[in-house]
Amino acid sequence: MEAKDGASNPTSSTKKKSRKPKYSKFTQQELPACKPILTPASVILIFVAIGIVFIPIGLASLFASERVVEIVHHYDKDCIPLKYADNMLAYIQSSKTNKTCVRKLTIPKQMKSPVYIYYQLDHFYQNHRRYVKSRSDKQLRSKSYENTTDDCAPERYTAKGVIVPCGLVAWSLFNDTYKFSVNNKQLGVSKKDITWKSDQKNKFGSDVYPKNFQSGGLIGGAKLNSSIPLSEQEDLMVWMRTAALPTFRKLYGRIEVDLEADAVITVTIENNYNTYSFRGNKKLVLSTASWIGGKNYLLGVAYLTVGGLCLFLALAFLLLYLIKPRPLGDISYLSWNRSASGGHIY
Amino acid sequence: MTSKRPLLIPSPRTPNTQHLPALPVYSDIANPTSGGTGLFSGMDSRNPAAADNSINVELPTFKSSPQRSISSSQRSVSSSQGSVVEPPTFKSSSQRSVSSSRRSVVEPPTFKSSSQGSVVEPPTFKSSSQRSVSSLQSKASGNNSVRESISSLQSKNSGNNSVREVSFGDLESKPVRYGSRGADSEALSLSQKDLNEEDARVVYIDDLAKTNERFEYSGNSIRTAKYSVFTFLPRNLFEQFHRVAYIYFLVIAVLNQLPQLAVFGRGVSILPLAFVLLVTAVKDGFEDYRRHRSDRIENNRLASVLVGNQFHPKKWKDVRVGEIIKIQASEAIPCDMVLLSTSDPTGVAYVQTINLDGESNLKTRYAKQETLSKMPDKEKITGLIKCENPNRNIYGFHAFMEIDGKRLSLGPSNIILRGCELKNTHWVIGVAVYVGRETKVMLNSSGAPSKRSRLETRMNFEIILLSGFLVALCTVVSFCAAVWLRHNNDELDDILFYRKQDYSKGKVDDYNYYGWGLEILFTFLMSVIVFQIMIPISLYISMELVRVGQAYFMIRDGQMYDESSDSRFQCRALNINEDLGQIKYVFSDKTGTLTENKMEFQCASIWGVDYNGGRSSPEQVGYSVEVDGKILRPKMKVKADPDLQQLLRSGKDTNEGKHVYEFFLALAACNTIVPLVVDTSDPNGGLLDYQGESPDEQALVYAAAAYGFMLIERTSGHIVIDIQGDRQRFNVLGLHEFDSDRKRMSVILGCPDKTIKVFVKGADTTMFSVIDKRLNLDIIRATEAHIHAYSSLGLRTLVVGMRELSATKFEQWHSSFEEASTALIGRAALLRKVAGTIENNLIILGASGIEDKLQLGVPEAIDSLRTAGVQVWVLTGDKQETAISIGYSSKLLTRRMTQIIINSSSRDSCRRSLEDAILMSRKLMTVSADTQTDRGSSGHGGTQVALIIDGTSLVYILDSELEEKLFELASYCTVVLCCRVAPLQKAGIVALVKNRTADMTLAIGDGANDVSMIQMADVGVGISGQEGRQAVMSSDFAMGQFRFLVPLLLVHGHWNYQRMGYMILYNFYRNAVFVLILFWYVLFTCFSLTTAITDWSSMLYSIIYTAVPTIVVGILDKDLSRRTLLDYPQLYGAGQRQECYNSKLFWLTVVDTFWQSLAVFFIPLFAYWGSSIDRSSIGDLWTLAVVILVNLHLAMDVIRWNWITHAAIWGSIIATWICVFVIDAIPSLVGYWAIFHVIKTASFWLCLLAIIIAAMAPRFVVKFLYQYYRPSDVQIARELEKFGNPSASRPAQIEMNAILDLPRR
Repeated sequence: MEAKDGASNPTSSTKKKSRKPKYSKFTQQELPACKPILTPASVILIFVAIGIVFIPIGLASLFASERVVEIVHHYDKDCIPLKYADNMLAYIQSSKTNKTCVRKLTIPKQMKSPVYIYYQLDHFYQNHRRYVKSRSDKQLRSKSYENTTDDCAPERYTAKGVIVPCGLVAWSLFNDTYKFSVNNKQLGVSKKDITWKSDQKNKFGSDVYPKNFQSGGLIGGAKLNSSIPLSEQEDLMVWMRTAALPTFRKLYGRIEVDLEADAVITVTIENNYNTYSFRGNKKLVLSTASWIGGKNYLLGVAYLTVGGLCLFLALAFLLLYLIKPRPLGDISYLSWNRSASGGHIY
Repeated sequence: MTSKRPLLIPSPRTPNTQHLPALPVYSDIANPTSGGTGLFSGMDSRNPAAADNSINVELPTFKSSPQRSISSSQRSVSSSQGSVVEPPTFKSSSQRSVSSSRRSVVEPPTFKSSSQGSVVEPPTFKSSSQRSVSSLQSKASGNNSVRESISSLQSKNSGNNSVREVSFGDLESKPVRYGSRGADSEALSLSQKDLNEEDARVVYIDDLAKTNERFEYSGNSIRTAKYSVFTFLPRNLFEQFHRVAYIYFLVIAVLNQLPQLAVFGRGVSILPLAFVLLVTAVKDGFEDYRRHRSDRIENNRLASVLVGNQFHPKKWKDVRVGEIIKIQASEAIPCDMVLLSTSDPTGVAYVQTINLDGESNLKTRYAKQETLSKMPDKEKITGLIKCENPNRNIYGFHAFMEIDGKRLSLGPSNIILRGCELKNTHWVIGVAVYVGRETKVMLNSSGAPSKRSRLETRMNFEIILLSGFLVALCTVVSFCAAVWLRHNNDELDDILFYRKQDYSKGKVDDYNYYGWGLEILFTFLMSVIVFQIMIPISLYISMELVRVGQAYFMIRDGQMYDESSDSRFQCRALNINEDLGQIKYVFSDKTGTLTENKMEFQCASIWGVDYNGGRSSPEQVGYSVEVDGKILRPKMKVKADPDLQQLLRSGKDTNEGKHVYEFFLALAACNTIVPLVVDTSDPNGGLLDYQGESPDEQALVYAAAAYGFMLIERTSGHIVIDIQGDRQRFNVLGLHEFDSDRKRMSVILGCPDKTIKVFVKGADTTMFSVIDKRLNLDIIRATEAHIHAYSSLGLRTLVVGMRELSATKFEQWHSSFEEASTALIGRAALLRKVAGTIENNLIILGASGIEDKLQLGVPEAIDSLRTAGVQVWVLTGDKQETAISIGYSSKLLTRRMTQIIINSSSRDSCRRSLEDAILMSRKLMTVSADTQTDRGSSGHGGTQVALIIDGTSLVYILDSELEEKLFELASYCTVVLCCRVAPLQKAGIVALVKNRTADMTLAIGDGANDVSMIQMADVGVGISGQEGRQAVMSSDFAMGQFRFLVPLLLVHGHWNYQRMGYMILYNFYRNAVFVLILFWYVLFTCFSLTTAITDWSSMLYSIIYTAVPTIVVGILDKDLSRRTLLDYPQLYGAGQRQECYNSKLFWLTVVDTFWQSLAVFFIPLFAYWGSSIDRSSIGDLWTLAVVILVNLHLAMDVIRWNWITHAAIWGSIIATWICVFVIDAIPSLVGYWAIFHVIKTASFWLCLLAIIIAAMAPRFVVKFLYQYYRPSDVQIARELEKFGNPSASRPAQIEMNAILDLPRR
């Protein structure tokens, strides 16, 4: 019994455009696809592979780290004359006191050139929000933006006008200096190319000269030679690339000669920078470099740990697999089958 | 007048139930003593087994108890009787005599209760009398034995009053009076008492001024739109800001505007929120615009309204209460109106109520005899109608009309409702009583509440958790900041990296320092801003996009396209896709949803011979006749049995031929079908459309026509049947309409050969008791066997019998019939008694088997759903027997199930039935559990319980404390069948389940009567069938066939749920890991909320770096193929058990997130500690590390890699690199060229590699161990898909694919 009305008439239905969805693999969600499944074999293989890759890397980086020779000299306290020991702040803030301080360092192992000179500051939050915001990258780049100092407070301008470079970051420029001599022979310190080429070329303008810098009510750090454009003020550039972490090193320069083992280096430090007000530390670091960077065992240890763990897991899975295998895709494990047969309970 | 199947379905344990003699209902009821005890005293004193509690269980143990659900319950009668206070004014009206008759026991009290029950509620219920459900159902509050007569009274106005005035003397046709029927007044007279004079609405016919004097009745304009131009913005925003997250982001955006807190740019922080709001607003606005448009069209339709003395066209929206409206054939009815007169001299009007209750057949409505002759355009009608206040009950209407000094009662049969269409009647004239929003159809279409998916609701909870977490992070930061500030308070002035003092102005001032307290507060607020993506707003956007994508695939799914109606799947709601994967309960309508609502004559047993060749024979050109120069053929073709046709052609000379002839004559004559000629394109041809209320009758008449007994004309006095080309006229001398006590109807025909024959057809249960068993015992036996065979095929059976009347016998009947039909007291019972005198000693002719055609694939679909752990409830307005028979044919019920049938007529009996049933089902459960453990068989072998409950009982259960019990009972049952439920009850049942479990509910239906249920359920599905658009319009999803529910739930629902669940967790993880990295860094920046990752990267992180892959995976990833999901419906349980998103997974994700963020942050931190690394370089490392990590994390969880997934994931990583390069190539930013320097160093790459391996390893290990040693079903199925399983054969599942691909006939 079928309705014989016009609707089901075949001729009329073909005339009318059918709304039947067109078939395509996409619309029917049948695109060819690969369906990876974690099988014991593949998992064990993956872990073995990770172990095989990680352990050599870990060993290599530990080895590289080991070969780096590094001297860290903590001088901020030692460079305070005894009479100021109780009042370090007064000593550092006074312009009258003699800040020169001579230290002697012994080279433990031969250091192949270039030997990098860093200063290291601890507890110095170069990443503090107030601090990092207080700069004007536009002003640094180009003279035409000299007055773009919106973010630079509280170092925007002095009575004489706009500060270039403005902002707290520039204001707090590190101003300790180091001179090195071995056996009373001066060691040359190269301060060229201690910063990124890109900064020199594009970030710090060659037409921007320091102006009214460090002439405000409070002196933060180093003064800049106002006749040298910012693009050549490499110490500033290094300083302005603010550190990520509260303990950081910044490149001071390079010694381009090898330093022999057991040599004693005399360092003449101008101890100007005030880290005493926030209980920070100042350190002088001499270090050689390797492909992995400075002396840092963490990566090596991490790689060895991860690699070792992976090998261990691979072994464990292998054992588990041998002891208690489960056939893949066995429908007797399906919950409704399982409850019926009562077995296979893990 | 559908066939009556036995109430008890034969089960293997009680094979003879069917043949149990029908307990005459009155035998118990008519007992005057219990009836006369009055008030409620009888209620508790009764033996529960005897009557009221009609719990019906087929268990051997219960065999001794009454198996039939007879229940007289005079108690409710008497109780209601007691509550009736009859105002003296009504003393003269007919019900007065009725109630007095109860005392004199002339009429069985049962009957009274039916009419009483329809209006009077038991006193206990009084308080709730205003409730819509109860008022809706109050019509059926009588006891169950009369329940059906009540409902049939309402639905077709037949019931007991088969009054037809027929005079035998002249054998001439004479119009039958339909107008003022005895039963009408009986059933409705009480309503007058119930009508509170004060509350009632008084409508003065054709007198607007007077009508609106007391109250201004609203106009007829309707409004379904949510917003107007002015309210759109505030209301829409209000609705959108219901999402907690939106408010949160608004607050953040506002905070960021404060200069002290400005962490990000001002516009930037508002942009994402504004974007989301805008997109949603545009979408909502467009939807509402469409509603506005349809409202306007509706409101501006024209109706012809009486103005002065003439009918003038008037817009629908201007129609007022009290106006007289004339409606022409095939016009829609603009408002609810009381009929005054119709084009039919007897006052009949036919209306189609498809949009109202989903039934496609014509309903008869009557104008009152007293108003019939009045022509309002000729003479002014004055009068008033007092009716109840507007309510939602579409089956009830109580009013009376005072006209010409007479008081007439009005009932549901006197009113035509908005949403109906006038058919087959040239015109009607009526008075508007309810208009606009107060019409029953509008009251029933309660506004669609916006639904929120379960997953999203849950997610909102987790988001609150995340906010708590966020607050904790911010508190830690501000606390630490406070400690630091306190500690360094003295040095702040000149501390190099802080420098509190500003010397640049004249006087020394504080720079950006607001005092200790405020600094803490600002730190807190700033940290909220910095960590804001902890709450993933991008998730909301992603979810919207993913849902759109999922909807696209659902719409485009070729397996959910219905060819017969050329309808695609429709996603009407876009925010509950994933709910489809968690459905635990499906509430289905029957008619039009499970069945096609087409009855098909399948086979017949005539004179002991089974003719079922028609089922297999090819379709033939139908039989046709010529009338008035037109060749008419029936609209429906029926496959005919060739043997039977041959037999008919050979004539009725043989004994066999004679019986066949009588059988088909009975089919053609014994009904209330009206033949209609429908014109076709062929001017010489026409189609005969048989219109009637019962699809079974239609099927029988079509069947008769196919065998050459074509009903051509029916008036109230005669019928014309073309018998094998020979047109014959039969006078209808009497007609006993169907009622549910007799379960049969009979017609008395005066044949052309001057013989008088009585044809009776009815349910086998009652028919065999009136068949003369002394004759043709073998025939009866054979017929019984055939009926049994038919019904086990799921066919609906009817038995046909006849007898010849002698003239004297007829005279006898006629006089008593006349007497009965004019009787004032107990007319219906008298008529039934009269029917009884003639419907006996019948000769059996045969039986018919009618198929209530199930939609294609319904049994398989139900089976799949059941296997999937979905409880299927069928809620139908049909009779219990019909519902049960469909239950069998749709495999919902099986013969192995224990049926619990609850038909109760009072609250107490309901309680008792429920309690007994619960006890019993508990017992069954334990028994089956025992046997299970004994046999060790699967759960399918145990006893399954099916609950069958009717609307009357539900009246007492819903909205009362019995709900709990019903719910408990239902939880033991595998199947629940609710019959005779009203539209709002359907919603009530859905609410019953929805409010008591956390499980998801889905309602599916096709008619307007399903709207409330569709809206109530968590997910509403509309079938876009023939039954109007109402259900579709209110649904969340619409489709062409019930069977599409299987791919919709098992396939798309599963996918959607899995995808969405994973996506939410992943988004939490993705954002939290980023926030935690920011947080760890903050701990090393003096708690000053500096970020090493650039602002740009922070912003792009959830937009470019990681957004696309999750959306692509959310749309495209499939854990299992369609085939596997359909083969193993049980896999659907993953969604029901919430396997993809639960608190365990959430917390696991949190732990994993912590670990990953630690790995990402601390490996570089230690590697670069005390080195010369700058902030931008390490920031770039962190950015790249976290982006690669989260993308690889996603990659690790992707199940199916197609080229789009590859492109999205690898593309995102590449895009991130490019973005980082681009950002670092901007000279004015701090990090200029940092990335190009840092990627030249070995430690950068070593860090990156170490981070990724170290971060992912734990998850990888856990994932593997879990998958390998505690595999979920989904996991095993995945393995099965990939590796196959040669050892195990495929389970014996029904291949849905094969079925789905079958072309429909």
